[in-house]
Amino acid sequence: MLFKTIFSGFGGQGVLSMGLNLAQAGMLEGKKVTYLPAYGAEMRGGTANCTVAISDEEIASPVASSPDFLVAMNFPSLVRFQNQVQSGGIFFLNSSLMEAEISRGDVDIVEVPANDLAEELGNLKCANMVMIGAFVKKTNLVSIDTLIKGLEDSFKKKKKLIPLNKKALKSGYGLF
Amino acid sequence: MAKQVLMYGNTAIGEAAIRAGCQCYFGYPITPQNELTEYMATHLGRRKGCAFVQAESEVSAINMVYGASAAGVRVMTSSSSPGISLKQEGISYLAACQLPAVIVNMSRGGPGLGSIIAAQSDYLQSTRGGGHGDYRTIVLAPASVQELADLTHEAFDLTEKYRIPVLILGDGMLGQMMEPVVFKHKAPKKPPVRKDALRGAKNRKSKIIKTFTSNPAELEEINWSLFRRYQMLESKEVRHETYMTDDANLVVCSFGISARIAKGAINAVRASGLKVGLFRPITAWPFPYEAVKKLTNNIDHFLVFEMNMGQMLEDIRFGVGERGDVSFYGRPGGVIPTPSEVARVITRHYYQKGL
Repeated sequence: MLFKTIFSGFGGQGVLSMGLNLAQAGMLEGKKVTYLPAYGAEMRGGTANCTVAISDEEIASPVASSPDFLVAMNFPSLVRFQNQVQSGGIFFLNSSLMEAEISRGDVDIVEVPANDLAEELGNLKCANMVMIGAFVKKTNLVSIDTLIKGLEDSFKKKKKLIPLNKKALKSGYGLF
Repeated sequence: MAKQVLMYGNTAIGEAAIRAGCQCYFGYPITPQNELTEYMATHLGRRKGCAFVQAESEVSAINMVYGASAAGVRVMTSSSSPGISLKQEGISYLAACQLPAVIVNMSRGGPGLGSIIAAQSDYLQSTRGGGHGDYRTIVLAPASVQELADLTHEAFDLTEKYRIPVLILGDGMLGQMMEPVVFKHKAPKKPPVRKDALRGAKNRKSKIIKTFTSNPAELEEINWSLFRRYQMLESKEVRHETYMTDDANLVVCSFGISARIAKGAINAVRASGLKVGLFRPITAWPFPYEAVKKLTNNIDHFLVFEMNMGQMLEDIRFGVGERGDVSFYGRPGGVIPTPSEVARVITRHYYQKGL
């Protein structure tokens, strides 16, 4: 099965590293993965986004014209991508920053108060890890253990950040 | 097995080049290949005995390549479409002097300054020499990050073996996406130096590398010698991939990233019972004409799909000749079609041909 996810939010919310983490975990589990960051004039200021494809078979295109999942860390991201998501897809919304005002009835909505939970943990910057924790719990794309392993790899040079990010992951994972 | 790492296409080229013993890199920034220049700055520039130079222009960079190659080291430059156009004069000189070099083109939309999004509109420029004079370059057209890495490594061997510049024809999408990649080789402790390097004429006769001669007969012989080598390449180094062509009624012909999109489309139409296969040249020059000709033994219908207005189409038409019919679908300018769009085109085509 092929699953495509768009991660989107403000620049600085850790949107790209969220996608990268998922792609890395997919690779560690022996799946085919592609990661494509948005490239263009919108990189500064506005929304940043990336697309991750995970599959058991070769991936034809890293672009998602109709993704299965959307992770929206802010409201503009929801506005931008809400009509692209496949029927039956799932929206993951950062409910700390927006209300779920969605005009579609054919998708599931998962609200994650990522900013609030991150602040409770003492650092707003780990909101992205809270979100990805919740994301893998609902989608089951990769296991939480692989995600943590990938996390440890990417923070190899900043080891002191691992415990906080791990905690954030687990808090998101434990939401549902 | 060596460890899988998640890498951008652009940076995978850089790592593969270093592992192939690339000692010098000269470049000038241009989107969408900047990650490669950046990677070489940090990873090659810091290696002992290696050199990274951000030149003042593309023209300057390719001429630095010329100099380094004459000095016998493995050398690479990279750019994207408009920058590659600027390098053409230098590539022609490299070809004339039979100097090995690897040139990477992560192509983007054109003509002119075009756009920064992936396109495939440099196929004809790449496969017909590109600059002035009668010459060819070896053109490798990878379709994944792994293949980018593998072919980059091989490019350095090929260019030295045949003494013909090798062009890696990628695109902005391949460069900008990340995929798992395995590097099969370790970087040599000491980068190799060619025996014929110009490094002072002590104990031997002096030698001059130049492209000009006022004697037409001499120049004619140089051209003949190049073309004898091109003939050798055409018989020995042609590579292609076929996918599900055994029972196919229709074969889609694509190269690089579009071949990958086509493969996704083929999987989709196969699921609804359409017998469609894929033909993909890995060497865009020398082009696998014989492989195309062989396909015409069992297949009558060919659909060329490219992200341009029909450039490889000419080669497929030449390969198919009168033995089948060739149609075309293309999106130029940096528009990247989806597998489902291509699947619709294939399906329509399939039924229109009464297959």
